[in-house]
Amino acid sequence: MPGDNITAQSTPEVIATLAGRPLLSNRGMPLNLDWVKEVRVNTSAVERRAQTHVARRTVKKEWQAAWLLRAISCMDLTTLSGDDTEERVRRLCAKARQPIQPALARNLGVEQLEIKIAAVCVYHRFAETALRALEGSGVKVAAVSTGFPAGLSALEERIAEVRRSAEIGVQEIDTVITRAHVLGGRWQALYDEIAEFKRACGNAHIKVILGAGDLLTLRNVARASVVAMMAGADFIKTSTGKEPTNATLPVGLVMTRAIREYAQETGMAVGFKPAGGIRTAKQATEWLALMKEELGTPWMRAELFRFGASGLLNDIERQLEHHATGRYSADYRHPIA
Amino acid sequence: MSIAEKFLTMEYGPAPEDPKEAYAWLEAHGRRFGHFIAGEWRQPADGKFFDSLDPATGEKIATVAQGSATDIDAAVQAAKTALPKWQALKPHQRARYLYALARAVQRHSRRLAVLETMDNGKPIRESRDIDIPLVARHFYYHAGWAQLLKKEFPDYTACGVVGQIIPWNFPLLMLAWKIAPALATANTVVLKPAEFTSLTALAFAEICSEIGLPPGVVNIVTGDGSTGEALVKHSQVDKIAFTGSSEVGRAIRSATAHTHKRLSLELGGKSPFVVFEDADLDSAVEGLVDAIWLNQGEVCCAGSRLLMQESIAEVLIGKIQDRMRTLRVGPPLDKAIDIGAIVAPVQLERIRRLVDQGVAEGATCWQPQIEMPSRGLYFPPTLLSNVHPTSIVAQQEIFGPVLAAMTFRTPAEAVELANNTVYGLAACVWSESVNVALHVAAQLKAGVVWVNCTNLFDAACGFGGYRESGYGREGGREGLREYLEPSWFKGAPELKNAEVSATGASPRRQTPDALIDRTVKLYIGGKQARPDSGYSMEVLNPKGELLGEAPLGNRKDIRNAVEAARKAANWSNATAHNRAQVLYYMAENLSLRQEEIAGRLGAAVGDKLAKKEVAASIERIFSYAAWADKFEGAVHNPPFRMIAMALNEPLGTVGMICPNQAPLLALLSLILPALAAGNTVVAVPSETYPLIIGDLYQLFDTSDLPAGAVNLVSGHKAQLLKTLAEHDDVDSIWCFADAESAAAAKAFSMGNLKQVFTNEGRAIDWFDPSQGEGRWFLEHATQVKNIWVPYGE
Repeated sequence: MPGDNITAQSTPEVIATLAGRPLLSNRGMPLNLDWVKEVRVNTSAVERRAQTHVARRTVKKEWQAAWLLRAISCMDLTTLSGDDTEERVRRLCAKARQPIQPALARNLGVEQLEIKIAAVCVYHRFAETALRALEGSGVKVAAVSTGFPAGLSALEERIAEVRRSAEIGVQEIDTVITRAHVLGGRWQALYDEIAEFKRACGNAHIKVILGAGDLLTLRNVARASVVAMMAGADFIKTSTGKEPTNATLPVGLVMTRAIREYAQETGMAVGFKPAGGIRTAKQATEWLALMKEELGTPWMRAELFRFGASGLLNDIERQLEHHATGRYSADYRHPIA
Repeated sequence: MSIAEKFLTMEYGPAPEDPKEAYAWLEAHGRRFGHFIAGEWRQPADGKFFDSLDPATGEKIATVAQGSATDIDAAVQAAKTALPKWQALKPHQRARYLYALARAVQRHSRRLAVLETMDNGKPIRESRDIDIPLVARHFYYHAGWAQLLKKEFPDYTACGVVGQIIPWNFPLLMLAWKIAPALATANTVVLKPAEFTSLTALAFAEICSEIGLPPGVVNIVTGDGSTGEALVKHSQVDKIAFTGSSEVGRAIRSATAHTHKRLSLELGGKSPFVVFEDADLDSAVEGLVDAIWLNQGEVCCAGSRLLMQESIAEVLIGKIQDRMRTLRVGPPLDKAIDIGAIVAPVQLERIRRLVDQGVAEGATCWQPQIEMPSRGLYFPPTLLSNVHPTSIVAQQEIFGPVLAAMTFRTPAEAVELANNTVYGLAACVWSESVNVALHVAAQLKAGVVWVNCTNLFDAACGFGGYRESGYGREGGREGLREYLEPSWFKGAPELKNAEVSATGASPRRQTPDALIDRTVKLYIGGKQARPDSGYSMEVLNPKGELLGEAPLGNRKDIRNAVEAARKAANWSNATAHNRAQVLYYMAENLSLRQEEIAGRLGAAVGDKLAKKEVAASIERIFSYAAWADKFEGAVHNPPFRMIAMALNEPLGTVGMICPNQAPLLALLSLILPALAAGNTVVAVPSETYPLIIGDLYQLFDTSDLPAGAVNLVSGHKAQLLKTLAEHDDVDSIWCFADAESAAAAKAFSMGNLKQVFTNEGRAIDWFDPSQGEGRWFLEHATQVKNIWVPYGE
């Protein structure tokens, strides 16, 4: 069985609970094609739920501030541009260490929380720069890998890329799947590919990017989510940020429901990372509320939830400052990344 | 608690909507409201007021006038006075008023939403995102109908003064559902809001003034049941539209039986929520949240009976329980609350009592351990499993956040269980298979079927029930019919004495001719049947000459006839094309026997008239053969990505009392539209010439009409009418005789609230196709089922 090849962790630890049930980290499982084929997603109904979700839940005042701080602590601060440079990455890392100004933290009374970004997400080429820049900070480094964003280079090269990132010691690796496997219904090929990435990751956590915008249907998103989890994904992630549509709430809903079902069936917890298109503080609280509703508070922590974002932090800072001063803030008042 | 602590717990915290503006509006009115009559605020005639309370806090919000019969009379007079001018306006002018109402509702949307939530207890999210936007949409939509009225309904006239009584669960929305179509069709209105929830109706009254709606077009009289009763009984009200409980619906049916008041009823329900094993279960659970936990379950179309396919029952129950744990019950003005307060102590008490009774009968009660407010009227979301069809919680409307769960094995059993109720308001079907979903939707006895969605409403789609859930539709083209009447009918003269049977003191027997003695029998289940009584009645012509003897049917014959009609499913299930073929064949056969039938009929009505009648009958059969495959439904355009199909479905079995006049033509004019639409019929032919049965059964037998599709029982009209109108397995009663019979038909129909269609004792010229045939009859032979099918992958 392909699943048998997956490296099992020596002592599985409880990393979350779901409705009182303890969950271990994901060790993967053999591909269960029946499960994949039985997946049912009613697109209109999912869209309706996503639509009303944002109207059903909101947070105000101190709760809003607390939630926004939580959003920061769950953020993968990201730069994935053709014009990235080492200096740009170092700047980003500095921001990750200190996402909000000490004065603001003092004002909010949250200095002791030492709010930090969860991880900095960069191309493999800049991973070492980031590792050095973040040394001792507790901020993790995530390298995007496997021929990001299209994922269409040769499999060996993609695996080698993962291995190189793992070897330099990044804590997390964001991998992209071959979307064609999903579109063609080649679930075994998809499973094998992800399982290979997982093996190559070694101790680094693997995030599996589904490229939801390329998969065209929510049913495909759900099936790909299930296969990725069976193959051992630590996180499933919506998008590269480069697809025509990225992290939408309907996609998030389908993926979180898949995570829930996987946890219920296997007793293992998989994290979730929406990425791309999340730019406002309001969106951040909507996503957090979605996690709370569908999966519970364990999925509101960086261990199991990340925002992949670049511009989000700035909006959150402005909202936090508004909360502290009662005046609406301006972009330029907050140090850029 | 500091931000740092909140960062650790990640609770939602309070998110209250500020009610300041709503309170300011109440204060501006001194927190005391009179009635809105003839465009002005009037104190109640007898000076009585009552308190309107906030169910979330128990606090008094305002004092509202208790309407008396005097107040109702003043309002009706105002509406009557306003009527001529309102009707004299051009459709475009009325359209402008409706448009202005829509815009004004939008301008004041938040005040209306907050008031609604304070008064009713529903979550502000719902009043803000569902109720009030739908109110505005309803006025927009009907502004359109007002504009198109003359072109689209050229031969119809408004009812006149309409009395409207609405419930407390969707106060302003129900007001809109009532007032918008009434005004669009040029009626004037007296509306009585529910006593628990008068405030938004009063705010709406102010909006009417604000936009300059002519005084008296809309009048609002507040009060309790006695106020409603005065409205129902007022002699100058032309139509009553009621939404509320089936008990009150019955009382209204009874109180209006002896009047010409039109009546539309939107009553209770125990709507099934059917989940098949191939459904998207997570989405079905969300659907259920919208079905039974919307508005605290105080929804007439709440999906309160969960029917689960056995194979997924356990998984589904688990998912439902998980979801119930995340429902938030609390102060309804909080924006992040799912379930608000129950409207009044009496309702909370009713919910408790029914749940207790269900548990006593063996149901398992499950409620999530969630935070509940310490004061106010709240009931936790509740799941009752191990419920059987015999249980009270499976049969009675609870009108609270209580779900009763049952299982089924096959689609056929799902349909059987779903239809095992006296109600028929709405239903949900969840399945990813379009075949399963639509096949089941087609078989459900419900006015609205939501496929893979729940509790969606739109002004463009008719809403209303089958069976004891009422009659008439609200919304869509179908909803306008309730406020319009054929112009000729409104002015038709009273039917003259011809209804009195010709009874000669000493019937002269005609000399026997060459024909063999002939015995006419009843026609039941495709067979000629001797009457149970064993008696016959003499049939005389107007001169008092004996024409023959007709069987004297009794209640047992009616019973047998209804059973036969019920069994004739092959007629209802036949394709429209097949039904048309049979009807054409009938015309063919009548044409062949034209002379002979006219000859016999001539003895009763005169030779010339008989010939004319048979000829007209052939033409009428052709008309309905033509209609059979052309009286189509519609595809509505609600503002969602979906198809909403309005199907014209047959009512089922229709009982008919035929007039004495035109014994052949009138009878055919009544049974043909019913047959064309796929109903089966039990008809009582002309009391003066029942011998027509003898010609009809030969006609039917030779035309391939399936056994039981039409059953003919002659006898004493009054007696047979009572049995037919009371029969619980008859879906509609058509009575086209004298005024007294029409009143009796209405009064006796109360038991199962069957639909009633009568001539109101007026004369109909059956020979005139503009009166004797067409859409008016077909519309009464059908009920509209709206099936909502969202799509998307």
